[in-house]
Amino acid sequence: MKDALGAVNSVLVLGGSSDIGAAIAAKLAAPRSAQVVLAGRDVKNLARAAESVSRAGAGRVETLHFDALETASHDDVLAAAAAIAGGDLDVVVIAFGVLGDQIVDEAGGEGAVRLAMTNYVGAVSAGLAAARLLRRQGHGCIVALSSVAGERVRRANFIYGSSKAGMDGFFQGLADSLEGTGVDVLIVRPGFVRTRMTEGRPPAPFATTAEEVASAAARGLQSGRPVVWVPPTLRLVFLVFRHLPRALWRRVPG
Amino acid sequence: VSTVELLAGWGRTSPSAARVSKPNDAHEVEELLSNAGPRGVIGRGLGRSYGDAAQNAGGEVALMTGLDGIRAVDLEGATVTVDAGVSLDRLMKTLAPLGLWPPVSPGTRQVSVGGAIASDVHGKGHHRDGTFGSHVLSMELVTPGKGPMILTPDGTPEEFWATAGGMGLTGLVRAATLKMLRIQTTKIRVDSVRTPDLESTMAVMSERDRFYRYSVAWIDCLARGSSLGRSIVELGDHAEVDEIPAGARPGALVFRPPRPLPSPPWAPLNRWTIAAFNELWYRKARLGAKRHLVPASSFFHPLDGVVDWNRMYGRQGFVQYQFVLPDGEEKTLRRIIEELAGRRCASFLAVLKRFGEANPGPLSFPRTGWTLALDLPASTDGLGTLLDGMDSVVASGGGRVYLAKDSRLRPDLLESMYPELPRWREVRDRLDPDRVMCSDLARRLPALS
Repeated sequence: MKDALGAVNSVLVLGGSSDIGAAIAAKLAAPRSAQVVLAGRDVKNLARAAESVSRAGAGRVETLHFDALETASHDDVLAAAAAIAGGDLDVVVIAFGVLGDQIVDEAGGEGAVRLAMTNYVGAVSAGLAAARLLRRQGHGCIVALSSVAGERVRRANFIYGSSKAGMDGFFQGLADSLEGTGVDVLIVRPGFVRTRMTEGRPPAPFATTAEEVASAAARGLQSGRPVVWVPPTLRLVFLVFRHLPRALWRRVPG
Repeated sequence: VSTVELLAGWGRTSPSAARVSKPNDAHEVEELLSNAGPRGVIGRGLGRSYGDAAQNAGGEVALMTGLDGIRAVDLEGATVTVDAGVSLDRLMKTLAPLGLWPPVSPGTRQVSVGGAIASDVHGKGHHRDGTFGSHVLSMELVTPGKGPMILTPDGTPEEFWATAGGMGLTGLVRAATLKMLRIQTTKIRVDSVRTPDLESTMAVMSERDRFYRYSVAWIDCLARGSSLGRSIVELGDHAEVDEIPAGARPGALVFRPPRPLPSPPWAPLNRWTIAAFNELWYRKARLGAKRHLVPASSFFHPLDGVVDWNRMYGRQGFVQYQFVLPDGEEKTLRRIIEELAGRRCASFLAVLKRFGEANPGPLSFPRTGWTLALDLPASTDGLGTLLDGMDSVVASGGGRVYLAKDSRLRPDLLESMYPELPRWREVRDRLDPDRVMCSDLARRLPALS
């Protein structure tokens, strides 16, 4: 159970090998040595993430196979994670996602479809599976890793941006559907985060770190806010960006 | 008939959803337990537990307020038999005119008899009268394992004391017979003492509380330095009929508390307004001992004066932190108050009291020593870390935290705070072998499950 000040006893991360996912798990698990389940595809990276989460002060840390594209298995993954956690899942973090390569994916191949399937379809499936399980529990929180890229989609990364716009909208609606069920949804909208996923790309303004994203998510969980921006200034920046004329907006570089 | 509802404790911090049903008779209570689902059942009265003791996420919550009969009153023996859903408010309004008063009054009248037993509540009279459980002559407990049972402190001491203070986890209390106090008036004769610092506060309480039935100190938790621990100590007794003005004597036993004020639609409590309130509260009491008569409702239940006062902390709610430290740990108490004052951790009401002896209940909170209760807004920066630190200090001083008020205790410290916990679990395992009784509190603190 989450306590009055946001400390939890169990955390599941879908996309558990991602830097942000692992950082959130580490941050949430530390105060009460919570049980953590990291679910993902890459066995080696999962093991590495598990070690760092464990070092940060988590209780038992287990890993589990999860593939965003294998949507038929999502309910089973959730149930297996709950069993490992020994009962209830206090937090489910939806942290999986791919960045893709805009130029390459525009040119052809499977990349664009795969990205949309993972970031949007996978999130819809996993989000609904998580909501079903937490609803039965009567409590719990879904943390959805969105992105400012979805706030107003840009020419320079519209494949990724639109997938995040879709998943962000999905979780807003899911949050409303869960009103009164004891289940909360926290949407986290980071800007550019320096992680393995963004390695080699020039950092955008307001670049942040996985640890800062994790701290913001933890504060959001404690205060019960529906959305957090990381860093918080981005909320104001995008208030302006949303109203830039299109001719100008399409020239904003990637 | 049951509906799904979002339930929270009085602190409004961690709501969860459960199927709520309201049994109307003894039979329905038994049925509820035998038909329980996999996430179990917990009883709920008037929802005054501050934390998550009376909620059960994904399971069932039995709203016991449907059982609300005052079944029998024995004026000669000063006892009353009531259903568990009867509130102390109703008990007072009904029985005060007959010269009977509940033996223990917590800070609010809006608690049910069942809840008062499950939390084994205490009041300003603990140093003399002990807890609520000490005045229960017998109770009817419906258990999942052994069905309905009549528990008495002499006949079934283990089951009785596992239930008094057992946070509802041994079964559903259906009815109880209470030993009442005889009173001549509904006025309290109060001596107020304004003390300049912690040492004198504690001295006044240690030296004088034995002469009074009731005693409490309201500490100004924001005062620092040489004023640290400055307080208003209130010492009181039920006034006898010849102590009140002759004109008031015909209505001496009338108990008609004023209609509570509505709480404001915004959330006025923050660090600054709380500081101002503390200053005002301290100054309003005149210097030196002053004897005066006050209505019982304003002495015992100042918080019942405002409807839903818990909403004044805003959306994020508040945490109540109450602990007890045994005698000999006065320095530890001082350190905790210093830390709170140093951090400007504003508590709207901070209450200090000396407890008398503990009872045999393994989970009953009070034990001889000093208890401090604080209301802290949940939005306070760094509150989780601060209270986790205080948990360790309290535990290593041989103290404990009050489960009826808890909403965030460090789970790993529960057993050292309540060393009789294994004994409680043994009895609970007999009464509820399949763990039908379950609450969010028990999920959060696995040693209770």
